[in-house]
Amino acid sequence: SVTGACRAIQKLTRVRVVDNSALGNTPYHRPPKCIHVYNKTGVGKVGDTILLAIKGEKKKALIVGHKRPGPPMTPRFDSNNVVLIEDNGNPVGTRIKTPIPYILRRREGEFSKVLAIARNFV
Amino acid sequence: SCRVSSDGQPPKFQPPSKPVIIDKQKQREERRFLSPEFIPPRGRTDPLKFFVERKDMIQRRKVFNIPEFYVGHILAVTTADPHASEKTSRFVGICIQRGGKGLGATFTLRNVIEDQGVEICYELYNPRIQAIEVLKLEKRLDDNLLYLRDALPEYSTFDVNMKPVTRLDHEEIPVNKLQVRMKPKPWSKRWERPKYNVKGIKFELPEEKMKEAQKWSQPWLEFDMLREYDTSKIEEKIWKEVSEGLKK
Repeated sequence: SVTGACRAIQKLTRVRVVDNSALGNTPYHRPPKCIHVYNKTGVGKVGDTILLAIKGEKKKALIVGHKRPGPPMTPRFDSNNVVLIEDNGNPVGTRIKTPIPYILRRREGEFSKVLAIARNFV
Repeated sequence: SCRVSSDGQPPKFQPPSKPVIIDKQKQREERRFLSPEFIPPRGRTDPLKFFVERKDMIQRRKVFNIPEFYVGHILAVTTADPHASEKTSRFVGICIQRGGKGLGATFTLRNVIEDQGVEICYELYNPRIQAIEVLKLEKRLDDNLLYLRDALPEYSTFDVNMKPVTRLDHEEIPVNKLQVRMKPKPWSKRWERPKYNVKGIKFELPEEKMKEAQKWSQPWLEFDMLREYDTSKIEEKIWKEVSEGLKK
């Protein structure tokens, strides 16, 4: 099922966890949902941190791609992708198979560990 | 020739028939392609604005070759990216739509990488683009292939390392009459409705649904005279301008 209006990530959007962490990949009867966006506006784009509710727990995550078209020459993904992250910025999983946009490299300081485990770039 | 002449002497030398030379240069000139972003949209803006834009577009095309391509072609685009390793990034995909007019003309490429559908909207005249290669020439039945988002992912996957398919004739671009199979409904748009005029989908919906979709048809639209925009004369003028500009 598809929500029409805002295809970027905001409160209560269902997201897809893209890394190979146990928390993201074990099946649960409810999909992981965003409950807060760490942003002045409530809209999360690529590179923003959000709070997810997964398996009854709260976990921070980094947005790596959304369905909403961004600036030209940037990729637009068919699903809202997210990578689970700790409070200090360390990723929970060990590998990211899905492609990640090159724009995240701009903030190499904050996301260096996430970019290190990513395999494909778009 | 084994004709025996009446005199008894050997027959007169008959030279062989002249070979027919097909001058391919002449044939190429007959088919001309004007990129759709050159044609100005209908409106009340000053034609001087479009003239100045076309000058800039011709200037860019002299420096960088933008090949002829339609929706449905498979392209590989290399762009300069400061954040990429080796500073260039290459993306291969099928062109699903061409939008915009003038210098802001864009085309969107779609591909499925590692089970994730990715679409990138490139600007034709952006100086960051370093090369556009046409890997496969193939027109489709529709003007835009946005329905590929709701089709099975096999129709949007293309090998990143595929080699360019050589084209034999310089005459016609083949039309692929592929009928695409869709994922189960709901789709992002109701493609069965006549407003989208989609010919490239194999609808496996029951007949009642197809008839219900025809309720939204607007058969008077094709006869609406105020919506007509005849571009033939404008195209002729612009074609002359562009070809002269490129020859200089």
